[in-house]
Amino acid sequence: MSTASAAAAVTETAQPYVDPERRERRARKSRRNAIVATASTILFFVVVSVAVLNSPGWPSVQDAFFNPAYFWSSWPSILSALLVNIKMFLIAEVAILILGMALALIRLSKSPTLMPLRIVGTVYTDVFRGTPTLLVVLLLGFGIPALNLQGVPTDPLIWGTVALILSYTAYVAEVFRAGIASIHPSQRAAAQSLGLSTTQANRYVVLPQAVRRVIPPLLNDFVSLQKDTALVSVLGPIEALRAAQIIVYSKFNYTPYIVAAICFIALTIPLARFTDWLTARQEAQRSMGSR
Amino acid sequence: MVSDILRVDSVHKAFGDNAVLRGITMSMTKHEVVVLIGASGSGKSTLLKCINGLEPIDAGLIVVDDLEVSDDDADLDAVRQKVGLVFQSFNLFPHMTVLENVTLAPVKVAGLQKTQAQERARELLGRFGLGEKTNEYPDRLSGGQQQRVAIVRALAMQPDLMLFDEVTSALDPELVGEVLDVIRDLKDSGMTILMATHEMGFAREVSDRVCFLHQGQVLESGPPEQLFGDPQQPRTREFLARLLG
Repeated sequence: MSTASAAAAVTETAQPYVDPERRERRARKSRRNAIVATASTILFFVVVSVAVLNSPGWPSVQDAFFNPAYFWSSWPSILSALLVNIKMFLIAEVAILILGMALALIRLSKSPTLMPLRIVGTVYTDVFRGTPTLLVVLLLGFGIPALNLQGVPTDPLIWGTVALILSYTAYVAEVFRAGIASIHPSQRAAAQSLGLSTTQANRYVVLPQAVRRVIPPLLNDFVSLQKDTALVSVLGPIEALRAAQIIVYSKFNYTPYIVAAICFIALTIPLARFTDWLTARQEAQRSMGSR
Repeated sequence: MVSDILRVDSVHKAFGDNAVLRGITMSMTKHEVVVLIGASGSGKSTLLKCINGLEPIDAGLIVVDDLEVSDDDADLDAVRQKVGLVFQSFNLFPHMTVLENVTLAPVKVAGLQKTQAQERARELLGRFGLGEKTNEYPDRLSGGQQQRVAIVRALAMQPDLMLFDEVTSALDPELVGEVLDVIRDLKDSGMTILMATHEMGFAREVSDRVCFLHQGQVLESGPPEQLFGDPQQPRTREFLARLLG
């Protein structure tokens, strides 16, 4: 179609105008892409299944990990133990959010009186980000009850949760800190030029924007925390992984582990999808804002 | 004699090794409109930020009304309530609606009741043609509308002195007029205004006095007819010739 008639087509209607030939070419291309994607996906799974199912050890693996009888019989005890994991991460997440924000603010503060706290905050972050979470769980879970301190609880579940909180607070504080640093200084200047104090500028202008910006990475850390509640199993309390382990040891069959894995996956998928959705929405808002 | 609302005396300010203000001296009386002109880097923006206390100065004295801004222990929050500053890049709070942007400081700083602050904000927004936009978020507004909201946000604190830092420089040419109209309106209502600008036609029209800044000092100042019509300094002539073609 010539440029002149294309221009005429635009003026005739207020509808967006797309050259029909171009529209057809694009439709053909996207149909071809869909066919290629489907074919390569099917091929991939066929090849993998054939390779696994024909491997020499498959029959024994199938019996050890995918035994239907054990699969169905282990559900009730693992599911009820999963409630313990849920309780742990719900309590931990609230504590982590509060402590992480406090730590971020301390590390970003400039007040000379807070210097000792800043040093403690830096050391804390270095120590707990550097120590494997499993090690923190072991040290707190076995170490503190062994002190025989009066009034201090000895429940391993409590100390396991505290270990998770300490470990993840170090990560989450860094996420908050990055979020606060990403807000342009002109926002703070604008707030201060209106007479807001430093604290007010933080409270009403900087932090609300920073928190909104870090929600996706924050939720990502929480997805990771939800499955890390299984680390507390080393201390003995019967959560999902421990419950599976008990059946494994009594029946000499690994199928309960698969059941536990499915439970953890099911637990994290909603939060993971929610994170994706939120990220996509923020992206859409940003592109709309920069029209 | 009329008392000065602003006094800037031998102010020095450097960023690292870069001396931006080098002993600048000027003053303003109430209801006066003063325009700062000069090449970029001559210190216009820095002077405005120092007057608002956003940048601490290295030497000299800045007094707004009877408050000394330049004192290191100055109550800057009190100074900033008297002095409104509007930025080149608007700097609206993107997570707040227009109304929330305008009422934040009156409620949190001046201690107004929320309903009272909102009433005053609506009145101001209406006066500058933004009555329809009170519940919009800034990114839904044009640049000209955003800048007008930023001006209203500063006005809502009922300042004695308004500082404008090249407020039309970031705007598309067709949006400059609506922002200048707001400033013209403010002048007519008796506001004391100090503005840095490249809009020479507007400077000539609204100002009582024009200051030409060169290398961090006021090289020449006078009424607009004189400064634009018969500049005394060769540097001023050179600058105007380059700008006016």
